[in-house]
Amino acid sequence: MTLKTPVDRRHLLRGAALASGGMALAPLFPAWAKSGSHGLHSLAGKPGMLSGDNIEVSVGQSAFKIGKKTGHAYTINGTLPGPLIRLREGQNVKLVVRNTLDEDTSVHWHGMLLPFHMDGVPGVSYPGIGPGESFTYEFPMKQHGTYWYHSHSHMQEAMGMYGALIVDPAGKDPIAYDREHVLVLSDWSFAHAHVNFTKQKQKAGYFNKRKQTFAGLAKGEDQPLSERMMWGQMLMDPTDIADVTGAYYHYLINGHDSMGNWTGIFKPGERVRLRIINAAAMSNFNIRVPGLPMTIVASDGLPLTPVETDEFQIAVAETWDVIIEPKEAIPYAFIAESIDRSGQCRATLAPQMGMTAPIPELRERPLLTMKDMGMDHGSGGGDMAGMDHSNMMPEEMAAMGSMDHSSMNMRDPSVAPQVKMGPGVASLAPMPLDRNSERPTGLEKVPHRVLTLSQLRALEPNPDQRTPSREIDVHLTANMERYMWSMDGEKYSEKTEPLPFRHNERVRVNLINHTMMPHPIHLHGHFFEVVNGQKGRYPRKNVVNVLPGAKVTFDFTADAMGDWAFHCHMLMHMHAGMFRVVTVRHEEEGQ
Amino acid sequence: MNTLLLLPAALLLATPAFAQSGHQGHDMPAVKAEPTKPPPENDPHAGHDMGSSAAEMPPSDEVGNAPAPAPPEDHAADAIFGADIMAKSRKELAYEVGGMGYSLVTIDLLEVGFQKGEESYRFEGEAFTGGNINRFGVKFEGEGAFGERIDDLELQALYSRAIAPYWNLQAGVRYDIKPDPSRTYLVAGVEGIAPYWFKMNAAGFVSNKGEVRARLEASYDQRITQSLILQPRIEANIAFQDIRAIGVGSGLTDFEAGLRLRYEIEQEIAPYIGVEWRKQTGATARFSRASGEDPETISLVAGIRIWF
Repeated sequence: MTLKTPVDRRHLLRGAALASGGMALAPLFPAWAKSGSHGLHSLAGKPGMLSGDNIEVSVGQSAFKIGKKTGHAYTINGTLPGPLIRLREGQNVKLVVRNTLDEDTSVHWHGMLLPFHMDGVPGVSYPGIGPGESFTYEFPMKQHGTYWYHSHSHMQEAMGMYGALIVDPAGKDPIAYDREHVLVLSDWSFAHAHVNFTKQKQKAGYFNKRKQTFAGLAKGEDQPLSERMMWGQMLMDPTDIADVTGAYYHYLINGHDSMGNWTGIFKPGERVRLRIINAAAMSNFNIRVPGLPMTIVASDGLPLTPVETDEFQIAVAETWDVIIEPKEAIPYAFIAESIDRSGQCRATLAPQMGMTAPIPELRERPLLTMKDMGMDHGSGGGDMAGMDHSNMMPEEMAAMGSMDHSSMNMRDPSVAPQVKMGPGVASLAPMPLDRNSERPTGLEKVPHRVLTLSQLRALEPNPDQRTPSREIDVHLTANMERYMWSMDGEKYSEKTEPLPFRHNERVRVNLINHTMMPHPIHLHGHFFEVVNGQKGRYPRKNVVNVLPGAKVTFDFTADAMGDWAFHCHMLMHMHAGMFRVVTVRHEEEGQ
Repeated sequence: MNTLLLLPAALLLATPAFAQSGHQGHDMPAVKAEPTKPPPENDPHAGHDMGSSAAEMPPSDEVGNAPAPAPPEDHAADAIFGADIMAKSRKELAYEVGGMGYSLVTIDLLEVGFQKGEESYRFEGEAFTGGNINRFGVKFEGEGAFGERIDDLELQALYSRAIAPYWNLQAGVRYDIKPDPSRTYLVAGVEGIAPYWFKMNAAGFVSNKGEVRARLEASYDQRITQSLILQPRIEANIAFQDIRAIGVGSGLTDFEAGLRLRYEIEQEIAPYIGVEWRKQTGATARFSRASGEDPETISLVAGIRIWF
């Protein structure tokens, strides 16, 4: 932005001073993220707890320390994570964001229903916030629940620029609890995010330090030789589950690693609400509290019919609210395990500081299967869930019976005619599956309950239950060898034309994942209803994780006028191009 | 202080932003009920708590087939922040989201060879820069014996274009500074990854004197452990006529097969040891023998592989 005022110039000078004089001294954690927290109720007004109608924050660089090693972080008000912003449904808020960096920045209010030009995506909703400038966001709180905010510029989000945003309901909270803690999960690298991205481009699988080896084969580990040959023939790597792994990332909870051991205090017998936010750039996590069942009560901010489980997967950018009810005065480990099991982070929930529960060993690392290519047919019990045999012609059945996996065409353009074929599309799933009732990657066989997408049921009836008037497919495409990621075969840089929607039209969107990575797809400015079998009470989310080889369907009402970002929230996938603009207009505007 | 706040409220009110509402769809009646269908059998592994949780089939209610609206020509934010400033911002976004390029310098071979009565050196690598599809770069290779002048020194300047998920087409110029007399060639080739992860390169060369040559290279990285990698590597050179001036005979001129075991201290820095067998054939071998050289050698090699 070029708009400058004297105030802007002062900020610019201060930014320059910071840049030349090194980083600001690292403050400690914001009050809510300090270890030993007694819960949010005890922290109102403490540093790093922001409320009210007028809030000012400042973006800058800070030193950030893990153990003895110090790195550069992009921070809001000098802390990683940033301050906790707590607002109330119905209020208006003015949020002034000052940029003291010597580069552009932005803050996106993730999951908030707000005017599009307050959404905080440079190049879509506004021009961003230039060095030394500030921007005033102003919008009413039309919703309540657990949300978050983060930079949408220059991969700053991967380097610390995120925080929690909680909106309390105007009336009674549908979720009863005695105490609440916020747990912000993230993945920290001491290398600059752009450097990490370049490594991925230069060498496929750079961050994967657990590829299959000859030594493993000799020991009988991983795939047998015949499978390795088959996967090799297709140039697929079954160990490629997380692009960036625990070999390079430090997994954090509220800015603390396992050794830092963030601890939240509870009293036995209480209902403790955990507001879990995955602010990681590239890491989906398996979440469990060994010894305690968890009751899932909300996702992406909105309440769900409570469902009890023992483990669930949180995709990048999702938020989950969970109730635990510890009865005993003993410590419990809260475990966030990277889905490829290359690393984990432990926090502790305990009746007092200093108590710790044992950290479980990392479990056996999972391998991808043929199903993750969207091409498994009836080799296992639950595999046919997405296919309706009753409608299938006998010839088709016969054809399927004779299909040979290894000879199946993994790049037949006729399965996705709208995809622009090119070097960026290495494969197309011949038969993408409905995997909503399947356990996610790596949790197929764990000996306890695991949450599936099909279990989610909105607490309130869906506000708009019209049948969609049309449907569109969005194909998630990639060439992992070249680290190219796109929608419909084209990067955003190649296809900036928006996906158009009529104001208030009800549309079904099919997300079809042709890649072997999960993609947490995020739509800005709207909630969508994930079509998961819970008709009338579909879970309303703003991020949905599309498993490899899977098709996920959502319906949504295009009720927020303007231009909105729509993208994979794996930051490197977005940076590589898996991004579109969604535009909502009155019908006549598009003519 | 944000200057934007000073914009007249009227302008803001005129924008579509304020017409949006998160709740406008609420009073819309449900048009039709979803035909009920028995849920498919529960996955035995799925959560146990909810009997009604089974996934439904691809949704069975009849979704309409209304046409999509035409995409608008304008951009919503232009009305608020100005078309120029948003155009610039969109350009930056496109650069940030898929538009960035990268560079890669690889020195595959940088080694000393020990063979009967002689110590030699050899280097081979490439440097490329560009985007996913179009790239420009150089390839270089050279070798010689210590204490003597360099035997071979070859440079290529290439344009590379991705033509398939795993294959690049390359075209450009090759200039052999050595051997004397130097030659300039036009180059056309393909390089890429074949099924089973074989790295391949095939190139044809036409010299400024009309001579035609070709080269085939293949290698494979066999991971023994995460850091220890065994790389078999072969190369064959072919000439379609005798080029006596530089000792090249028609047909398969020479063939080499190497086996290198490298240890990746970092992935970017990997010292290696290996063995390499090289054999000249046909007329090329005769030319070599005539000039007192051995057309077949076996070398022990030690070197380092670097990329950045």
